[in-house]
Amino acid sequence: MSVETFEDAPETWRDVAKKAFKNRSFLVGLIITMIIISMALISFVWTPWSVIELDILKKLKKPSLEYWFGTDHFGRDIFSMVMVGARNSIAVALIAVGIGIVIGVPIGSWAAAKGGTFDELLMRSNDVIFAFPALLSAVMITAIFGPGAVNAIIAIGIFNIPVFARLARGAALSIWPREFILAARVAGKGKARITIEHILPNMANLLLVQGTIQFSLGILAEAGLSYVGLGTQPPLPSWGRMLNEAQTMMSFAPHMAIFPGLAIVVTVLGLNLLGDGLRDVLDPRLRRER
Amino acid sequence: MIHYLAKKLIFTALTLWVASMVIFALLEIVPGDPAQLMLGFNASADAVAQLRQQLGLDLPLPVRYFTWISGLLVGDFGVSYTYSVPVSELIGERLWVSLPLAFLALVLSTAIAIPVGIFSASRHGTRTDTSIMAFTQLGIAIPNFWFALLTVYIFAIWLQLVPAGGFPGWEDGLVKGLKSLILPAIALALPQAAILSRVTRSALLDVMGEDYIRTARAKGLSARSVLWQHALRNALIPVLTIMGLQFAFLLAGTIIIENVFYLPGLGRLIFQAITQRDLIVVESVVILLVATVILINLLVDLTYAVVDPRLRHSVGRSTT
Repeated sequence: MSVETFEDAPETWRDVAKKAFKNRSFLVGLIITMIIISMALISFVWTPWSVIELDILKKLKKPSLEYWFGTDHFGRDIFSMVMVGARNSIAVALIAVGIGIVIGVPIGSWAAAKGGTFDELLMRSNDVIFAFPALLSAVMITAIFGPGAVNAIIAIGIFNIPVFARLARGAALSIWPREFILAARVAGKGKARITIEHILPNMANLLLVQGTIQFSLGILAEAGLSYVGLGTQPPLPSWGRMLNEAQTMMSFAPHMAIFPGLAIVVTVLGLNLLGDGLRDVLDPRLRRER
Repeated sequence: MIHYLAKKLIFTALTLWVASMVIFALLEIVPGDPAQLMLGFNASADAVAQLRQQLGLDLPLPVRYFTWISGLLVGDFGVSYTYSVPVSELIGERLWVSLPLAFLALVLSTAIAIPVGIFSASRHGTRTDTSIMAFTQLGIAIPNFWFALLTVYIFAIWLQLVPAGGFPGWEDGLVKGLKSLILPAIALALPQAAILSRVTRSALLDVMGEDYIRTARAKGLSARSVLWQHALRNALIPVLTIMGLQFAFLLAGTIIIENVFYLPGLGRLIFQAITQRDLIVVESVVILLVATVILINLLVDLTYAVVDPRLRHSVGRSTT
């Protein structure tokens, strides 16, 4: 029987918060992520210029005090489009992660609790889904059901399901043999109740860390799909499609490609840093003091 | 070992079989009749029906599936609805672009990542290490198609060193062909190099913490010789695994990059085939890519089993 180690000692939220705010990666990631989310939220009520109205007379203007990121070939303000694009990217990636958690976690936890054929079947189905390169399946799904934000969410979400199922199964399997679970079983609790009351809360940290990573991958996937015309459709701006439109104008309007691309990089970087920081703070077993 | 090998082979075959059914079923629900699309919307119903019969589209689904899958097993991928040439011929032509591209990207990624990973590990904990890791974070965050656009702007438009897109074909000479593939390969390689250098660094640091490394140091070997003679060889096992997996990823990554550079590879073929509802081409390219991933996974598993005998004899449920 294992002995409770110092690392297993429960931490209060105050301890966690104190540790988090001392973690540089977490702090930088959090600030970047909050800025991008705020930009997306503000875009619902205000953008410097309209992203729908076209003004050909102002087309392809270079970055200036009036147009911070310049204008595109239709005279639309690129900064405003980047703000609205953030909204789409975040929504698509967030809902796709939600799909992965809501479907994947119960499947994985149940497989760990049940074991046997169901567990084996789940792992083999996971192998089949993992055999499809994510991008390939996303392209196939959006090509079959038609381009658009909803189908992009489904395409990215489907790939998140096995990721969370596998993570939840692995975490649950490592929690089941622990003493407090044994105590719950002795107290007469069933597998479903133990899973809900004890297993799920104990894997919440891991899910949060993985959720952040999948969120950043979702942003990249949405941008990729929109770039090839299978993601968010006009008139709503999306970072990926802005890059696609910029491609033929690279020689005389490189700013059209630089700013939406930077928006993707900064967002993904912020989320990755946040994920790294969260992992360090919330899961000491995964922490690498290096 | 034989038991382990047999089990792995059976699972691989089963995964491939299920994947083939998934691909076939998914593409069956694609809206639009390929025969109608080929003949145009003004074609008579009789002509469409005749073409459907010719293509075998009027046969029941299970029959069509087994015809397709039994053909695949003997290398007969069927005939493209759009190009009216054998699909294997189309794939063969396109592979001459996609395979060298993925391979070149893998070579570039490895050539950058391994020295960077070793250097970073050897400077562990210093500012250099922190800066390199910050750069790799940036590399992971950059979408390869955006990086591709930037490389086009710098190297093709501004410096005019390489073409901005297109592929002249290998018959025009190796140098011309490589010149067309170098920018797409760099764009594909960058994020992979960032990941691989982190893996190399992390694997090296793990190995450097092992007892036998301390023993070697205690026996008087310098840090440098311990790193090169003992640590690196052992740290390369996870690195090789990631490289194997990356090759499959790079092959799939060509789907978008080939569209940025207008390269006539598998990625462009699959997009064209989807638009033209050339289902047989889509099915064949997808199963080929999926089979590559599955077989590379098998090879990685087998390599692990050869290297780590504990895996061969492992019983019980794994937690991964």
